[in-house]
Parts: sequence; C-alpha cells; structure tokens
Amino acid sequence: MSVESKRETSLWQRTERVRMVTCVLVAFAAIWELSVRIFDVPQYLFPSLESVIADIVKNPAWYAMHAGYTLAATLIGFVLAVGGGLLIAIGIVYSRILEYTLYTSLVATNAIPKVAIAPLFIIWIGTGLESKIAIALLIAIFPIVIDTVLGLRSVDPAALDLARALRGTQFQILRKIRFPNALPSIFAGMKVGISLALIGTIVGEFVGSNKGLGFVIIQAQGQFEIARQFASIALLAVLGTILFYLVELGERLCVPWHVSQRGGTH
Amino acid sequence: MNSNTAARAARSPVPPDASAYVRMRGVSKIYHSPRGDIEALRDIDLDIAEGEFVSVLGPSGCGKSTLLRCLAGLEDITAGTLDVVGVQVDRPPAEMGIVFQRDVLLDWRTVLDNVLLTLEFRRLAKDDYIDRAHELLDMFGLGAYEHRYPWELSGGMRQRASICRALLDDPALLFMDEPFGALDAMTRDQLNVELQRIWTTTRKTILFITHSIAEAIFLSDRVAVMAREPGRIEEIVEIDLPRPRRLAVREEATFIAYSAHIRGIFESLGMFQE
Repeated sequence: MSVESKRETSLWQRTERVRMVTCVLVAFAAIWELSVRIFDVPQYLFPSLESVIADIVKNPAWYAMHAGYTLAATLIGFVLAVGGGLLIAIGIVYSRILEYTLYTSLVATNAIPKVAIAPLFIIWIGTGLESKIAIALLIAIFPIVIDTVLGLRSVDPAALDLARALRGTQFQILRKIRFPNALPSIFAGMKVGISLALIGTIVGEFVGSNKGLGFVIIQAQGQFEIARQFASIALLAVLGTILFYLVELGERLCVPWHVSQRGGTH
Repeated sequence: MNSNTAARAARSPVPPDASAYVRMRGVSKIYHSPRGDIEALRDIDLDIAEGEFVSVLGPSGCGKSTLLRCLAGLEDITAGTLDVVGVQVDRPPAEMGIVFQRDVLLDWRTVLDNVLLTLEFRRLAKDDYIDRAHELLDMFGLGAYEHRYPWELSGGMRQRASICRALLDDPALLFMDEPFGALDAMTRDQLNVELQRIWTTTRKTILFITHSIAEAIFLSDRVAVMAREPGRIEEIVEIDLPRPRRLAVREEATFIAYSAHIRGIFESLGMFQE
C-alpha cells in the first residue's frame, strides 16, 4: 500500500463505515417498528418507534437541553480522566513509590461499584453538574491509567538503548519514544473510558439530579411514560456511539502508523 | 548509570594515546544471577587506532555484543579500563554513532524523521543537518523513500536508514553490532560493499561485530576472534588485502587462506565438528 493509493480513494470508499453504520441503524429501526406492529405489543410495555420519535419531535428543545447536560458532564469528566490518567500513568511508570501507593489505591477504588459511592458524591458535591463530572471521571480514569501504563512500559528495549547511546534525557525519552509508543494503548483505554464516562454520568443523574437524560428516565419511570424512557435510551445510544467514534477518529488521526490502522491491503 | 560511576569518575583519566583511539585493558564483565555468575568477558585487551576498521568475530554467546555495549557506555564493566579518545567510558561517548542488529526505526516517524532523531537527542539545529540527511539518504538509495514509513520498507532499506541515522552528525566512531545479521545474504553483500565505500571515503574508526567469517575478513583491517565461556579474545588476525576490496576478493587464495586460518581457530576451540 502506498501513500498515493490512499489519496486516490473515492468518496464512496471513504464513507464505507458511515454507510455500514447507517444500514445497521435502519435495519434495527425497521425490526423494532415491524415487530411491535406485527405482534401487537401493548404500548405501555414496549412503545413503537413511531411514538418514541413523536415524543422527541414534540419536545426537541427539552430533549436537547437534557442531552446537552448529560453530554457536558460526560465530556468534561472524560477530558479530566484523560488528563489526570496520563499524569498518573507517567507517575506510576517513573516512580516506584507512586506505583505502590497510587496504583494500589486506584485498583482498590475501581473494585468499589461506582453506584455504591454515587450517593456520597451527591452529598459532598451537590446535585449539580459537578457531581456527575466527578463520577464520570472516577469511572473513566481506570482503563485510561491501566492502558497508558502498559503502553509506556512496552517499549522496545533496543529503542531505549538507542536513546541512551544518543545521550537522551529521561524527558526526551518520554516525549520522543515512550509516549508515541504508548499512543495506541492510550486510545484503547480512551475508547473504554468514553463509554464508562457516559455510564458514570447517568449513574450520577439517577441518584440525584434535576437535569440530564438519566433524570428524564427516572422521572418518566415514575409517571409511566414508557415512550419517554425509550426516547432517552435511544438518545443515549446515539450519544454514546458518536462519542466512541469521535475517539476512534482521533485515534486514526494520531496513530496512522500503527499496525491496526494500516488498512486491509497488508 | 550506577553507584560505581562516581568512583570511576574520581580516577584520573588515562592520558591520550595517539595510536589507540579506543583502548580496552584487562576488561572483564561478570553478570551476577541467582543461578551463579556468568563471565561474559574475561581480561579483554584491544586497541583500535584512529581510522581503523576492526571486527570482533565469534559465535553467539561469546560476549562480542557485550564488548560493544561496554565500549558504547550502555553497560558497566566489572574490571579493567576502557577509554575512547583518552576519556574513560562511563556513559555513551559523544563522538559515537551506533547501529544495532535490529534497525530500531520508530514506527511513527518517516524515514527522514527517523534519521533526524539523532539531532533531536543531541540538540543540534535541524537546518544545519537537513542537507546532509538528504545526501546520506541519496547515497544509500533511500532518496525516494524519505517520506515513507519504516513498515513500508524492506529489511535492507530499513537497516540502511538506521546507518544514515548513525552517520548524520558525522561521528568519529562508529559502533556496529551485527548490523547485517538479520538480512539475507545478497542484501548483506551489497551493504558490505556500501559500508566499505563509506569507510574508505570517511576513514571513520569502526568497530564491527559479526558472526560471519567472510564478512569480517572482507571489511576489516584486523579481526579479533573471540571464544566463549568465558568470553575472551583468542587471536587478533591482521587482514592484509588491498583496498578497495571487491566481492570477488572472497574467491582469491589470500582471502581463502585467512578464512581457513580463522576457521582453524574455531576448530581448535572445539567448534565445527563434522
């Protein structure tokens, strides 16, 4: 495969993924709508796609506001998790003491189901956006740290020899060898992290919030508004999918050299 | 590097010796392991004059790579003295370029950027060396591949790029640790010819590690033949063949005589039993 042949790919080829995803979504929607109609499922158990869409169309601004709230908490929590996770991982890789203390406490923290500590966060930080961000951050940071540590450590010893032979400083080695080498692992951790951040936000909204799609689900449950619950779930699915593919897009832009990104011609 | 670095630095540097650019005296290296000590090098004496091409030849496990790594400041020695240009080696010498058996090109950098890596680590200005980088890559037939990534290149091309990287800041010393050991025989011949040309035009001081008798004779002024357990220099063979040497020299009687002599040394050590 050559650089030239990459440039020559047509719009049709480049949008292959988008077309595939669209096909899957359309098929899913069709199966949903058809099975509800054919088997005549009661609306209070399983609403038709039509009624779910109708509910969104009726209140677009309202849904957008709640989705935006959830999106904001997820994104801020995720970005903080990436920043903090990278720093913690670098600390763990370079310091024996940090490895023993931070790493151990991280593992212990991760062993606690986040749902169990979510109520505490609400008490401590309040029912606002901050507590959702905190839970999203806490739940997303773990895979990012673990994968970054792995990536920073899995450096070819020969590359380190080369850097030492060139009298490289520790910082140069981190910047020019360890970090780029860790990027594929970092993105693997980020892909898990972004999905977890969304879960964390929803958990926070379930426990105590007056905004966000998690809040909408809890409220709709109390009012037996099944279509509204489904609408929120569908929006969450769309949100989660977009966020995931955004991270994947970042991966393709940042690590085009990695073996997983070189395309099928090899 | 470790605690004895300070102790070594405290010792007075050995006075410069005009004839010996690289000097090893009584160098020993012992690896301590729970299952007993391994004597990788015993009492190595080896001098390399400025501009000389010296090969260290031996079977795998004889400590020839360890010898190079000690000289390159990548490993500490257990006993003896080691000087490069009159300065005791306690870290990688500044005037050294190094080529490893594996090319160690970084996957995320283009060929050109891999070659320029040397500058970034040495904090040299890119503007001063970019022309030289192009020149070197052209000389090694990589001009058209500058902007390719390492994984788009063949093994021989990759190793050529790593040689360019080592030569970029024009080091006086070139350490090569079995650089062609992983290449096929034909590519290896080609690179031997190219390396000889580089050496004859630049007269760098080269220490070349190899396990190929023919390669060592073809390239070297002197061949240090090593034996293993413990790793030691058995004999230093002077190669008196006119330069430039062509690949066909390997079929000449003198070359064959050297080859037979060196093989005889290994046979006397119990190798090559037929």
